[in-house]
Amino acid sequence: MTTSTASTELRARQDAGRKTAQNREKWAQARTYISAAVILVWCLAPAYWMVVTAFREVGFTYDTSVLPTHVTMDNFTTAFDTSFGNRFGQALLNSIFIGIVVTAVSLLIGVFAAYALARLNFRFKFLVLGFILGASMFPGVALITPLFQLFTNIGWMGTYQALIVPSISFVLPLTVYTLTSFFREMPWELEESARVDGCTQGQAFRKVIMPLAAPAIFTTAILAFISSWNEFLIASQLSSDATQPVTVAIANFAGAQPNQIPYTAIMAAGTIVTIPLVILVLVFQRKIVAGLTAGAVK
Amino acid sequence: MATELGPTPATKPASGGTPVHHAPKGVGEDNQILSQGKWASWLLAPTIIALGIVIVYPIISAIIMSFQKDAGLDPATGLFTEGGPAGIQNYVNWLGQQCAAPGGGTVACPPGTLGGQFWNATGTTFLFTAVTVLFETILGFWMAMIMARTFKGRSIVRAAVLVPWAIPTAVTAQLWLFMFDFNGIINKLFNVSILWTGSEWPAKWAVIIADTWKTTPFMALLILAGLQMIPAEVYEAAKVDGATAWQRFRMITLPLVKPALMVAILFRTLDALRMFDLPYILTGGANNTTTLSILVINQIRQGFNAAAALSTITFIIIFLVAFIFVRFLGANVVEQSGASGKGKK
Repeated sequence: MTTSTASTELRARQDAGRKTAQNREKWAQARTYISAAVILVWCLAPAYWMVVTAFREVGFTYDTSVLPTHVTMDNFTTAFDTSFGNRFGQALLNSIFIGIVVTAVSLLIGVFAAYALARLNFRFKFLVLGFILGASMFPGVALITPLFQLFTNIGWMGTYQALIVPSISFVLPLTVYTLTSFFREMPWELEESARVDGCTQGQAFRKVIMPLAAPAIFTTAILAFISSWNEFLIASQLSSDATQPVTVAIANFAGAQPNQIPYTAIMAAGTIVTIPLVILVLVFQRKIVAGLTAGAVK
Repeated sequence: MATELGPTPATKPASGGTPVHHAPKGVGEDNQILSQGKWASWLLAPTIIALGIVIVYPIISAIIMSFQKDAGLDPATGLFTEGGPAGIQNYVNWLGQQCAAPGGGTVACPPGTLGGQFWNATGTTFLFTAVTVLFETILGFWMAMIMARTFKGRSIVRAAVLVPWAIPTAVTAQLWLFMFDFNGIINKLFNVSILWTGSEWPAKWAVIIADTWKTTPFMALLILAGLQMIPAEVYEAAKVDGATAWQRFRMITLPLVKPALMVAILFRTLDALRMFDLPYILTGGANNTTTLSILVINQIRQGFNAAAALSTITFIIIFLVAFIFVRFLGANVVEQSGASGKGKK
């Protein structure tokens, strides 16, 4: 009698314990989903507001209904309209051109440095790494004053090269250290096999390593392009109306009335500038994951 | 930068493939280092030369300029002032907030002039840096902890986090300017009527909130990378030993994620100290939201040499902060960046 009550009691307690554990588990799951939802809203709501406003009629700029209302495509036409002195279309082309040149130059130069830093043993290696990292954290304002004077003196103000050359100062270090950490994770045994088979170090680099490194280089190229695309400080000082990139065009966007900021058109311009970037970033995210899992499998 | 100051220099893996530092060096190995060194210098030369042209050269010329007087019409007297060596006068002027006096010499800068804004701008810069980095660290850590869990839709959250990061700062600034408008969504949402960019503290908060939104993802992703390097077995073992969630966080997560966290904080701090785009577009530097970078930009057209002195001061401030981080707080940037991802084989 006593033993059976004891065992039922024990089972009841165990059941209760299991239930609390289950409840706790469920509660933890729920909290995770609530937190995830909060993160989603925090990150996406402002971006969503930009897109919704971009599609709203000018007269309803300050409409605060959450869903799209008074939908129109006019703002996108206004964004490209040049009658108020805005040159958004030209600025888009400028940003693309500057971004491509800066990215190409940085990759062309940086890929060799990254290879050396990831693969070779030499003195002062940490000093070089430190210098490059320091360069990437360098304040843009420390460069702008002498460059402003120099470019004024040699007639470079407002030219493309006046925007491209300073951009290399922060895109190149970024390129080198991103590539260096990618290169460190690559299957370098293949290089050694190629060398055993009679390739020189240069041939091994060209024929074996370069094809393997292509995804890493592609990812780095996207990062480099984005950082060039987002640059504002240097461009705001050294560009002209003809060469200004999108960031400057959007910051200085003018409306029909001088005292009224044409928000809907600016949001349309912002949407145009941002959407390709967001798409690029999602692609780049997948590349990174693929690169990491490839490294883990070996 | 001090590279050997990491928390555990003794366990540092030999860099690169060949373990040169472990075995006593033979003649062949010495030759190998020598030839690798030769290769390395050829491969590194283009980068070093390019950075020399775009960074080292401007820095040196900025320093030289900063010891020169600005030639031009004196705004106070209307007389032409000659250029020429100025000694440390430009620096003295900024630090002491002194402006050229009509009869020669200097007087305290009248309010409203650029020269009188140095300490205000420095204070604002440090305030923005401290508050935004604090918010970003707390929020970023929390986001990273959530993203490190396994749940359905995790990949969506990880992708969404990249959206604020991917939007150019100039667009972010215009977007928040619109949302902070008197008739905008934020006043409506929280049922308040604040002229956000119209007075000092709302303007400062506007910049801080917008910057936190924009840059927390960067922080979260760096911390997430650190979290993912902690093996799950460690947590299992601690659970078996009866450690509470708080104990696990304090005794395992925090110490193990610390190297990645310190680097993330260092990167964000240095980035925040040079903050320009956001306040420049959002508030135009009005209502005491002028950062050091904005002050330099405003000064450029009033005199290169004084601007060069100010940009050199800004550079020194940022350098000192970086030095303190690396030297005293154990942020080992070089090794962390080298060993990011997984440990080397």
